[in-house]
Amino acid sequence: MSETNDKGRRSFLAAVSTGWALFTAASVAGLGMCVRFLFPNDTFEPATKFKVGYPGDFAASSEGIVDKRYKTRGIWIVRTLDGFFVLSTVCTHLGCTPNWLEAEKKFKCPCHGSGFYSSGINFEGPAPRPLERFKVSLAADGQLEIDKGKKYQQEKGQWDDPESFLKMEYSV
Amino acid sequence: MSLMKFITDSQIWKSIFRHKYPDNPRDQALAVLSNVFLHLHPIKVRKSGVRMSFTWCMGGLTFFLFLVETITGVLLMFYYRPVVEYAYNDIKALRDHVPIGIMRELHRWGAHLMVITVWLHMLRVFLTGSYKPPREFNWNVGVILLVLTLLLSFTGYLLPWDQLAIWAITVGTNMARATPLMGHEGPGAAFIQLGDVSLVTAGSDVRFGLLGSKTVGAATLLRFYVLHCIAVPLGAGLLIAVHFWRVRKDGGISGPM
Repeated sequence: MSETNDKGRRSFLAAVSTGWALFTAASVAGLGMCVRFLFPNDTFEPATKFKVGYPGDFAASSEGIVDKRYKTRGIWIVRTLDGFFVLSTVCTHLGCTPNWLEAEKKFKCPCHGSGFYSSGINFEGPAPRPLERFKVSLAADGQLEIDKGKKYQQEKGQWDDPESFLKMEYSV
Repeated sequence: MSLMKFITDSQIWKSIFRHKYPDNPRDQALAVLSNVFLHLHPIKVRKSGVRMSFTWCMGGLTFFLFLVETITGVLLMFYYRPVVEYAYNDIKALRDHVPIGIMRELHRWGAHLMVITVWLHMLRVFLTGSYKPPREFNWNVGVILLVLTLLLSFTGYLLPWDQLAIWAITVGTNMARATPLMGHEGPGAAFIQLGDVSLVTAGSDVRFGLLGSKTVGAATLLRFYVLHCIAVPLGAGLLIAVHFWRVRKDGGISGPM
């Protein structure tokens, strides 16, 4: 075989290899794009940080009065004589939404019957741990501000965190 | 007779059927071989293979139910819209404002039955030892088909968009949180970070990809609809073809011991 033919074959093989490598890389990139496509940039879910009104808008009692107005935003606001805390509406068993039963003073989950006190502590049913709490603070304009991005779990001792609770004596 | 001969001698007839009337072994084999729908089927079936007490006909019934689900499902798609505002009312309209108001029930009963027949088929295959070599690969294809059958049931369960559906899917998809490495509450996920930014979060993990949002919502309904009507049936259809083909290639339905 002549030298020119040999060179021709080598450059041909190199071109084919490069071509296949590029094709494979493009295919992998395309596959990656398909997977990435399934993860949207925006989901148009409501903001996780929002204001819920002035402290004076909430009634209080010693064990806490449960405010259900923001249940659709995934929270209950509980006002005790000492201050505020905010409970997540997600049951710690399998993730359903419990109901606040005013007559029985408890949260009751319709899915599997877990029960929680107004403090969020579980006392009946299969729920393995208390409801989670979210950060609550006073905004500059004097309104209560909830941040669902920060959660506090009782079993991890996080309810002692000063941000999980807004101290504010109740005065009539 | 001459008319029959005229038809069977015509070019149209001959272009479709490449064999003579199947009254002899050769033409019987050709009838199966030359038909795209039958070629997946073994050319010849053992006598024991068609005995009800041996096969229970559960594989065949499962395939029949798959066809029933496909036909009733396509019919339902002409009325059902996978949009939060319409979904539940469309389901009710399928009962109240559409002829044959049990079409959706047929689809639902068929789905329940299919899960049962798949299990019984699996039990039969196990009891007759038909999972053993050379059929072990086909057993694995069957196991995947079982999973796809359950996924079809699971994705279809959300579509009525009632309380039962929403909470069942909420509970069911919460499992995906615990997926190793890919679920934000799963083992190993905490180690996947860039600097101190966690890459696997509630807004980027495998559950988010499945739901299209952090909670079961409008995006989830649409996703499950597409999975239910297109993705999973396509996968199942493909594997059913492989499953039947392998029955043929592995020597037909296993004989009694």
